[in-house]
Amino acid sequence: MASPIGPEIERLIQLLARLPGLGPRSARRAALTLIKKKEQLLVPLAEAARITAERVLVCTSCGNIDTADPCTICCDMRRDPTLLVVVEDVADLWALERAGVINARYHVLGGVISALDGIRPEDLNLDRLVARAAEPGLTEIVLALNATVDGQTTAHYITDLLSPYPVKITRLAHGVPVGGELDYLDEGTLAAAIRQRTTF
Amino acid sequence: MQWQDEGIIIGVKRHGEGSVILELMTKGHGRHLGLVRGGRSPRQQATLQAGNRVDAVWRARIEEQLGTYAVEAVTLNTARFLGVSVALYGLASAAALLRLLPERDPHPGLFEALGVLVDHLDDTSIAPALLVRFELAMLAELGFGLDLGACAATGATAELVYVSPKSGRAVSAAAGAPFHGRLLALPAFLRDDRSYDHPTSAEVVAGFALTGYFLRRHVFMPRGLAWPDARDLFVAQIRD
Repeated sequence: MASPIGPEIERLIQLLARLPGLGPRSARRAALTLIKKKEQLLVPLAEAARITAERVLVCTSCGNIDTADPCTICCDMRRDPTLLVVVEDVADLWALERAGVINARYHVLGGVISALDGIRPEDLNLDRLVARAAEPGLTEIVLALNATVDGQTTAHYITDLLSPYPVKITRLAHGVPVGGELDYLDEGTLAAAIRQRTTF
Repeated sequence: MQWQDEGIIIGVKRHGEGSVILELMTKGHGRHLGLVRGGRSPRQQATLQAGNRVDAVWRARIEEQLGTYAVEAVTLNTARFLGVSVALYGLASAAALLRLLPERDPHPGLFEALGVLVDHLDDTSIAPALLVRFELAMLAELGFGLDLGACAATGATAELVYVSPKSGRAVSAAAGAPFHGRLLALPAFLRDDRSYDHPTSAEVVAGFALTGYFLRRHVFMPRGLAWPDARDLFVAQIRD
């Protein structure tokens, strides 16, 4: 039976279905909404996507994505030049920026060391990190990496790599999350929280 | 198809938005993969980390399928490892070696050895020696076991201080002396009698040189596989 949808719309649905969080059914719904709201949604979305595709760049300094190189964060003079936060991915950078908890510059690794995924140290944005660690004025590097085996293996690797440089290396604390009930926490998290307890 | 077994997690790979593919070293089913639906949920993430010991139920319609795992934590080791670089490198190194095994091929001896290793990986006084022994066990399971019980030349069982790089057999001090430069060192803690079990870091490094030589020659080079970075990082840490 022939498809009731034209090939152009079918292609739109196929592309939408490749986005995270969307399956074929939700992609159809999204495509239908876009088509129904052509002027308010579809045309501006297509234009925004075209402009982004034309202008998006990877910052040669930190690995962030932006439409300028160096990126907006690297050019922001109000940020603390003594502090550098190392993150795995741009999504982590965005998460920290959303939280607004640190006024620092960032360094995006582009992944973590993972034998299973075939990611080796040379695949990461580490050469540039070493160069930045040697820059005068930088006093602390915060390793804001996931509390997973791969994330912390990468953190230890970076710590060893940067040991010749006179910068303080810190990492995020591990422990009880906000809203977390002790009864529901796993033993590992509880053990980390007890080990890293602070004076009240 | 369904079975239940004890397992140690050696790898976790993201799959789609919320699931993970879990790589387990199990007691009775060898290295076995399976999908964990919702494995990236906050409730399951702490359990689904390499190094943790779990009780796993595997289900599939037919045996050839990837199947799904339902896992329950038995011992959560990973949290202890996160702050210890030697533990993390050791775990990654052991996992890389276990991936040399064919899937679903039981190796109960290796499972036991892995269990002892993960129980002590954060104890830097014994973990390096345990990893060397684990590598010897791996070589044996892969069919390249070293014969460290008697001298290849004289049959002597005492004063074994070398290993022949050709045969993988021990050589006594007297028989090996003329070929000193061409033989590999056999550290005392690897001798079969196990009379000496508190190796220095130099002896452990010699142990890694021994197992590394045969792993490269018999396993990694013939298969064209990349040498695991984690092993070099581990050895560099214990050498410092």
